[in-house]
Amino acid sequence: MALPRYATPAQRAWHYGLRVIVGLVLFYLVAPIIVIIPLSFNARDFFTFTPEMLALDPAGYSLKHYRDFFTNIDWQLPLWNSLKIAPMATLIAVTLGTLAAVGLSQAHMPWKRAIMAILISPMIVPLIISAAGMYFFYSRIGLQGTYWGVVLAHAALGVPFVIITVTATLVGFDRSLTRAAASLGAGPVRTFLKVQMPLIMPGVVAGGLFAFITSFDEVVVVMFMGAAGQKTLPWQMFTGLREQISPTILAAATVLVTVSILLLIALELLRRRNERLRGLSPS
Amino acid sequence: MADMTVDRLPDGRAAPEGTTMLAADGTPLRVSLQRSLRRQKRRAFLLVAPLLAFILVFFALPIADMLFRSVDNHIVPETLPRTVEALAEDPDPVPGEPVFVALYEDLVVAEAYKRHTQLGTRLNYEMGGASSLLRGTGRAIGRIGTDVYADQFVAADPAFADPARWAAWMVDPAIRAALPETTDAYDAWARFTIEADNDDPAEEQPGDMVYAALWRDLAAGAQPPGLPAVDVSGWETPSIRELMIEAESGWGDPGIWSTLRTFSAPYTAGYYLAALDLRLSEDGIAPRPASERIYNALFLRTFVMSLLITGLCILLGYPVAFLLSTLPARTANLLMILVLLPFWTSLLVRTSAWKVLLQQQGVINDILVWAGLVADNARLVMINNQTGTIIAMTHILLPFMILPMYSVMKGIPPAYMRAARSLGANDWTAFWRVYFPQSIPGIGAGSILVFILAIGYYITPELVGGTRGVFISNRIAYHISSSLNWGLAAALGTILLVAVLILYWIYDRLVGIDNVKLGG
Repeated sequence: MALPRYATPAQRAWHYGLRVIVGLVLFYLVAPIIVIIPLSFNARDFFTFTPEMLALDPAGYSLKHYRDFFTNIDWQLPLWNSLKIAPMATLIAVTLGTLAAVGLSQAHMPWKRAIMAILISPMIVPLIISAAGMYFFYSRIGLQGTYWGVVLAHAALGVPFVIITVTATLVGFDRSLTRAAASLGAGPVRTFLKVQMPLIMPGVVAGGLFAFITSFDEVVVVMFMGAAGQKTLPWQMFTGLREQISPTILAAATVLVTVSILLLIALELLRRRNERLRGLSPS
Repeated sequence: MADMTVDRLPDGRAAPEGTTMLAADGTPLRVSLQRSLRRQKRRAFLLVAPLLAFILVFFALPIADMLFRSVDNHIVPETLPRTVEALAEDPDPVPGEPVFVALYEDLVVAEAYKRHTQLGTRLNYEMGGASSLLRGTGRAIGRIGTDVYADQFVAADPAFADPARWAAWMVDPAIRAALPETTDAYDAWARFTIEADNDDPAEEQPGDMVYAALWRDLAAGAQPPGLPAVDVSGWETPSIRELMIEAESGWGDPGIWSTLRTFSAPYTAGYYLAALDLRLSEDGIAPRPASERIYNALFLRTFVMSLLITGLCILLGYPVAFLLSTLPARTANLLMILVLLPFWTSLLVRTSAWKVLLQQQGVINDILVWAGLVADNARLVMINNQTGTIIAMTHILLPFMILPMYSVMKGIPPAYMRAARSLGANDWTAFWRVYFPQSIPGIGAGSILVFILAIGYYITPELVGGTRGVFISNRIAYHISSSLNWGLAAALGTILLVAVLILYWIYDRLVGIDNVKLGG
């Protein structure tokens, strides 16, 4: 919406004022995340910019927090735990979630609304309540403090995202394609794998990314559910923030921000591919 | 589809009387269609079933199980079964001998299983001092002076000291029928001797409580066949009531008995009342003393701060969503990345960032001091208080406001605003009377979502909220992991959950849960 040449001064002020306000809000959103990146290269154990850093003196910068992050067992163990837990939780959430989303999008699904409400609820129920419930219940069935306990809990938390993204893709899915496949002699499984699956793939992958980041980011449930052996990266960061705050946390945060940016790019590419496949012009 | 009939032809005219439409295989079309519909329903349900079962078992069931703890009071009637029963028939403020006898036996058993401390912890939630009373009684219960009964029986006939003889007597139905109290005491003693002490009752001399029970049976005139005859008249028979009160004077206080009467049922509303700063006493529901009232204030704070955060998100989010929805798609998508980046960034990263930035020696204070806005010795305290929670949580929840607003605003045709203007409305009127009402669904969707997420937040208030900026979730976590008052944690959790579910229901009505948009 470009500003017309006949705009009054008030309109002009509004036009630029709005952009300034939005700029400030976007700055508020992004700046805290961006600012920790240079801070993580601080050569000293401070959480603010040292005079050397502001003078762009190379001596003010160092990789020592990264060295600590990548060599210290206190950080490496949680990192690997996170990398072991998240993919398995994602796999479970995506497999069950995709099947369920396909079922939910059928025209004749009974009790659709109620079932949908139940399946989305892990996203809505406050985490502390989920965590407490799971802690008591999983202790009773012997899963508390085990790898699989954490994986199952995280899978449950990731399910709503898979359901939401996959059903959203299925809304635009042309049913006549499955009928065409069936009329050409493909069985339901073959139709699903060869026709439906490739078309809903962007939704599945996006749901998977959401489920992955949910597990990778999750701290409340794992603190209740996991033993020290399942300590994950967010858990370690939480402990670090609550007890003795070490600047290594900024290096860890920067690594995580990089991961988020990569995920975001992956999602953006998916969105474009999706629009292309649906015959929309890529924006 | 379900009410489809073939009484009408496809064009809506009634089918001629007596004709039935047939499917290709010769079955009536109605039957064939219904069968196919059922098959489709079954197939759709089978696809959903694994996930539904998974969520029910690993998510819904655990929560229901935890919520059950908020009313569960089995520990009192299960630890003190005899006392609860005897107390029901004794209305005195400090009950009489039969109740104390029952309490004595219950506590001997409880002490053997080490359950009396748990009971003390439970009762302590309702009455201060109950925990130490139970603990002290547990320590004293083995030697409060009931051994005089055993000594007198053994002095009267040494056979009473022989475990094997006891074991033989207590399997004889005639003796059991003649000595009801002894039987009950012996059975309880034998059970905990096996289960808790790992001993053989046929090799251990029975506990004092068995002899005391035997004396009561005999004094009541029982004449058991086959037991050595003893004359119990003239014996020294101290009252168990007095022995107990002597051992722990707390049992002479009507307070503990009133508490036991109030909380003797297997289910209680006590935790809910505690969660609402009320207490249950024998006279009914009463407010707690002012010094113990914290939860109403905490619920109110959670509610008000969530509302404030939601309001801030609307204020900050609306201009962003508005501008993004009017910009060309390419620019809007680029700017959208700035909204999505925080959305995708780890919660812990964002919280750490705020913790680092808001510190007194942090970047923001440094800038303010450098700019001369704040004196170096008067740096702002922006963390570990409500300000910290509000700044950080608004930042974290803002994308959840912008995304639904944006998707609603994208659907508002720009032509409406132009039409309003061409009809003479000025910019403000066009916006306020035409655009804004159409954007309300987006505000509603975003607000409910942000509010739901905010009132259940735990991590961020815990890390940047200090003591004054914490939410009800933090208190729940405290009761689960530190104070171990799980019943109260469950009650607080249930209240929070009910609030969230009501909002969820409204959200579903207004927006539809299948319309939740997640980025992109």
